[in-house]
Amino acid sequence: MNAPAPTQASTQPPSGATAATHAPAIPMTFKQRAHDAVHDKQLRKNFRGAMDFLMAKRAAQFPDGDEFERLRTFGNHVRARALSKLPELLERLETNLTRNGVKVHWAETVDEANAIVHDIVHAHEAKQVIKGKSMVSEEMEMNHYLEGHGVDCLESDMGEFIVQLGKEKPSHIIMPAIHLNAGQVASLFHDKLEVDYTEDVDRLIQIGRETLRRKFFEADIGVSGVNFAIAETGSLLLVENEGNGRMSTTVPPVHIAVTGIEKVVENLRDVVPLLSLLTRSATGQPITTYVNVISGPRKAEELDGPQEVHLVLLDNGRSQAFADSELRQTLNCIRCGACMNHCPVYTRIGGHAYGTVYPGPIGKIITPHMLGLEETKDLPSASSLCGACGEVCPVRIPIPAILRRLREENVRAPDEAPKYMRGQGSKYSRTEGMAWKGWRLLNTSPRLYRVFKLAATRLSALTPPKLGPWTEHHSAPKAAPRSLHELARDHLGED
Amino acid sequence: MSAKERILAKLGRSLAGTTPLADDYDEALVTAPWAYPPEQRIPRLRELLEAVHGETQLTTAADWPARVVEALAKRGIDELLIAPDTPHGQQFAGHVAEKATAIRLKAYDRPVEEWKDELFFNTPASLTGTLGGIAATGSLIMCPTTSEPRLMSLVPPLHIALLKASEVYDNLYTVLQAQAWAQGLPTNALLVSGPSKTADIQQTLAYGAHGPKELIVLILEDA
Ligand code: SF4
Repeated sequence: MNAPAPTQASTQPPSGATAATHAPAIPMTFKQRAHDAVHDKQLRKNFRGAMDFLMAKRAAQFPDGDEFERLRTFGNHVRARALSKLPELLERLETNLTRNGVKVHWAETVDEANAIVHDIVHAHEAKQVIKGKSMVSEEMEMNHYLEGHGVDCLESDMGEFIVQLGKEKPSHIIMPAIHLNAGQVASLFHDKLEVDYTEDVDRLIQIGRETLRRKFFEADIGVSGVNFAIAETGSLLLVENEGNGRMSTTVPPVHIAVTGIEKVVENLRDVVPLLSLLTRSATGQPITTYVNVISGPRKAEELDGPQEVHLVLLDNGRSQAFADSELRQTLNCIRCGACMNHCPVYTRIGGHAYGTVYPGPIGKIITPHMLGLEETKDLPSASSLCGACGEVCPVRIPIPAILRRLREENVRAPDEAPKYMRGQGSKYSRTEGMAWKGWRLLNTSPRLYRVFKLAATRLSALTPPKLGPWTEHHSAPKAAPRSLHELARDHLGED
Repeated sequence: MSAKERILAKLGRSLAGTTPLADDYDEALVTAPWAYPPEQRIPRLRELLEAVHGETQLTTAADWPARVVEALAKRGIDELLIAPDTPHGQQFAGHVAEKATAIRLKAYDRPVEEWKDELFFNTPASLTGTLGGIAATGSLIMCPTTSEPRLMSLVPPLHIALLKASEVYDNLYTVLQAQAWAQGLPTNALLVSGPSKTADIQQTLAYGAHGPKELIVLILEDA
């Protein structure tokens, strides 16, 4: 696969090029999926190339390390301040949006959020929904839900359009089709859109443009996400490069924005540092092609824009993260994707292996709040704790520390109070708990320790050759015949 | 209890006993690295716009209509969407009448529903003003109005924008202050930094995704 792009568009796929096959369907465990992904050479190659590209682009945007570090601190303070008065800001946001003519809805769960969207769709007898990129709508599985109610939901971001066409899920939060190369997209378009096979990216994008232009035109409702919701002015700010976000929020008569409750910032000026951090961290751009600030539906005298604008504020586990000051930092996230671009695990297994809407480091720390630790218990340990994510995060989320914290929550006894997480203790094992208790006792009582040491060194021949998962990839540890203490004593001539 | 009350109650409980963090907004950090001597603002803006395939031209308040005519002729376009009730719309209409050029002028003078088909499939180019530019990021500031509605700068494949040299600001923060955005925003405010683009297929940059395929910025040096 991955034949060099022909200079002229051919009409047939070259042999070996196949349409996207990295299906997201998830009957397997995370470990099995990760195992398979690691052995998928094409996938590895696609991700390696993409991550190297994104890392280089980002690095070029932060030539001044000092400016970056100070701006990160600033970004962190802006987000932390917003969270420190979140209830008040959400109410101010609602008041100001309502004053501007935007209808605000609240949903605790994805089911509630879908029901709200469905009510709006139903009230307008809408049949066709067009979507700008929205990860919250992915959380809701809105496409699936609406399709179940006879409403067509079409993705309009090129990457999202491609994965939807291939009946896949996004593998990256910023670049949804990053797992595919041009040849794979070419085959997909050839199969599904019945166009001539071409690997010419300009041509492929034009095919997407033509197909979707008609759809923007026809759609009854446009759905979008939100990058920042501004309490002070009652505005929704969206960034994008393609123009599909502007289309989705401008052309259809009704616009529904869906977002998480944490996305609010206090003042308009607060978006200045965040915007700079976001676009530079995400795709290495000083700014995206469009920054779209929406503060209300079409006014009576205006000639375009939606007649109705709705905002759905979704909790879906965020308030659980909010309850603990360490875990709350998870909600600082501005969804730039830099943590995944720099993650050695994500780069090797790709986005689908996680089996969750948000992959990579941010996925590992936010998803347990959405699905509960019982569904996500392997995620916190799918990390080498190398620290790369924490170093690049533009709002200074201490991702490695939060991963360690989630590992602890994973092994605390399920009934131990206080409870911070749904699914606490999903990896709890009484035996393991006892073993650690024993280990602690051993290491805090000198007499016991000496007995143990003597036994371990003198009887080292009896060490078992297999020690669970450890010996799958390492040789078994064997104690030396004499301990370091003993050797040191000899050396110093002590008795 | 409604979902709203439940969510707010939960969040409120989690904050019990805490005080909101103070606003330590660091103005210098979003302005100092992005400040330019006046003579460098336009070169920087042009450089950044051109880096993302925007075309820029230096011209004057009197000459720009001729540049528009040239740009259209070069592309074989004989139709232009303008806003006849703006000063620049009037100036261009006057130019076309005077020079008897063969450009047909179209106005966005009725709700989009009444001419959606034509706007989407039969309007190759548009001309709009701007509310200024931003040197730091190579951006145009636009607040669509009744005369120049939102879709005017989005749907036609070629968008020509007029930018007054005197209205190029250093950075976004100075714009928010100078134009008092926080005191009241229109229904839609935009920063536009180039023609639409995507890198969604194998990180290969392609222009003309869903918005304009081409953006021409005419910078009026004496305005
Ligand atoms: S956790 Fe940080 S690096 Fe990762 S997406 Fe969020 S803001 Fe970006």
